[in-house]
Amino acid sequence: MPEPSNVSLEVLKDRAKFIRTETVRLSRIAGAGHYSSTFSCAEILSALYYSQLRIEPSRPDWDDRDRFVMSKGHAAIGLYPVLADLGYFDPAELETYTRLGSKYGDHPDMKKVRGLDFSSGSLGHGLSVGLGIALAGRVQKKNYRTYVLLGDGEMAEGQIWEAAMAAGHFKAGHLVALLDRNGLCIDGHTEDIMSIEPITDRFASFGWGVQRCDGHDLPQVLDAFARLPDGTTGKPQVIVFDTVKGRGVKRMEMSLDWHVGNLVGEDYDDVMAELDAGLKPYEVEPAE
Amino acid sequence: MSTEMQNEAEIFRGTTEGSTSFKDSRSVRGTPKAGMPAFVLGEELAQMAATDDRIVVATADLASANRTNDFREAYPERFFDFGIAEKNMITSAAGMAACGLVPYVATFASFSAILGAEQIRTDCAYPRMKVRVVGTHSGMSMGFYGTSHHALEDLGMMRTIADLTVVCATDANHLRAILRVSADHPGAMYIRLGRGRDPVVYDTVPDITIGKAIRLREGTDLTIIATGSQVRASLDAAEVLAGRGLSVRVVDMHTISPLDRKEIAAAAQETKAILTVEEHNITGGLGTAVAEVLVDLPRVPFLRHGVPDRFVEVGPPAALYAHYRLDASGLVAVATEFLGL
Repeated sequence: MPEPSNVSLEVLKDRAKFIRTETVRLSRIAGAGHYSSTFSCAEILSALYYSQLRIEPSRPDWDDRDRFVMSKGHAAIGLYPVLADLGYFDPAELETYTRLGSKYGDHPDMKKVRGLDFSSGSLGHGLSVGLGIALAGRVQKKNYRTYVLLGDGEMAEGQIWEAAMAAGHFKAGHLVALLDRNGLCIDGHTEDIMSIEPITDRFASFGWGVQRCDGHDLPQVLDAFARLPDGTTGKPQVIVFDTVKGRGVKRMEMSLDWHVGNLVGEDYDDVMAELDAGLKPYEVEPAE
Repeated sequence: MSTEMQNEAEIFRGTTEGSTSFKDSRSVRGTPKAGMPAFVLGEELAQMAATDDRIVVATADLASANRTNDFREAYPERFFDFGIAEKNMITSAAGMAACGLVPYVATFASFSAILGAEQIRTDCAYPRMKVRVVGTHSGMSMGFYGTSHHALEDLGMMRTIADLTVVCATDANHLRAILRVSADHPGAMYIRLGRGRDPVVYDTVPDITIGKAIRLREGTDLTIIATGSQVRASLDAAEVLAGRGLSVRVVDMHTISPLDRKEIAAAAQETKAILTVEEHNITGGLGTAVAEVLVDLPRVPFLRHGVPDRFVEVGPPAALYAHYRLDASGLVAVATEFLGL
């Protein structure tokens, strides 16, 4: 059984860059893409898929594999290249991205995408899906982990808290929520539109084990994964990753304009060059 | 037995008799009254689970009302009470189905099909998860508990969802038959029940095929196409009409989606008129589905009968059925008016 591997930080950084550049490239095929929501979770996805998940791409239906549910399905554009890169399907298939009849739409379809554990797109559902998968593992006496990537905007959905309550109640210790806390929903800052803080206290009060760290700092991300207790504690786990929406492209960082956009012409080339240079320290612009 | 005999509190406890700490009053737990039709949902699922380890059951704080507690007693480790959180229950069931389990999730139809409609569509039907959403106490069988607890729109909502099989149980034996074939049926299903202790139509467990109607009575003057709780009333009405010299065919259209178009075409060809009968809003349910088939066929006199497109009155179920002419005598009146007799 493959275990989480010790890949180098350089590899993980490179794969995070790959997730971002592929997002820009595929968005150009579609004529629109969820850039900033995907950029915020690039390090999380990289660390998860290239070091953490117990999976075998040659056997996508392997019963004992760890599961991953992308509750924030609009970031699937960053997941498809990872699945292709790992060998679930031919990367050339992504050239069809969003075109008529393609397997790969903006929101992912498990019946079409090899390696995808569940379909998503309607926000607020993913934690329930993950809970069901975790409970199935209990019924079937498996010890896989189920990871669910949540957006912070969808924390306003009531079903998230139904699932959080039930996971605590059912002692779903093999369920791990990964919260991409990038601070923005579509209409503004989450704390202005529908505040979700104190988010760690809220999960803790529902019976969850809680960690919080910088979601762009790969050593911190890996450390948080390493600290996850095994499922036998009976406590579902959440890692709140503080991230920056649009991270990696200066003009998109914490911008409300780039939830969905379309980079063309010189802007496309400039952004690709910026991403290729790697992440620079994040600086908050002084208020004008 | 008639609904008049039922204790209206039994809906929440699933039984009519039980002990109480009070002198004359009666809470409703314990064993059913003698002669009362059994509510077999949990019992049948437990029997199936004995040889099928894919089966798991969930409810939302209504294990007594829908008798899934009979399953819980037999298989506690395969039973989940999600509390009053239907959306989470339905979506979690989809997650379980993704791992190869076949979950049956049951609650009142108003809270499974109507409250959970988006979860059924997006998480069960679209990814073709083998989730069986069971809607008990559908229609207006909750009587004076009111519109919040009625489901008179569920068929219309469910049958427009692609890749979702929609089936109505007629009585206890028919429910057993549906459950037995459901375990290996592909994709998601919505199974609609009445109160669970509905009047008997089938003396034994019938041999059913999803998508194939059951012709219960032959006739040539009129075909009554009914579903669920209205099949018994339709048979009784046909008997009365027979006494008046009318030859009435009765069809149990238990599967609403996919619809048995051949049986509808046969009725249009072989009988002089068609009447659909359902405990559902007249818009969008069985009658509408049959009309969609008939519109492509040579014209035949056709009437849809159900609940008018208004929220219904409060009242005991039997009184409501009489008021809306959804009991046998009401159906006789509807049919004779329709035929101009």
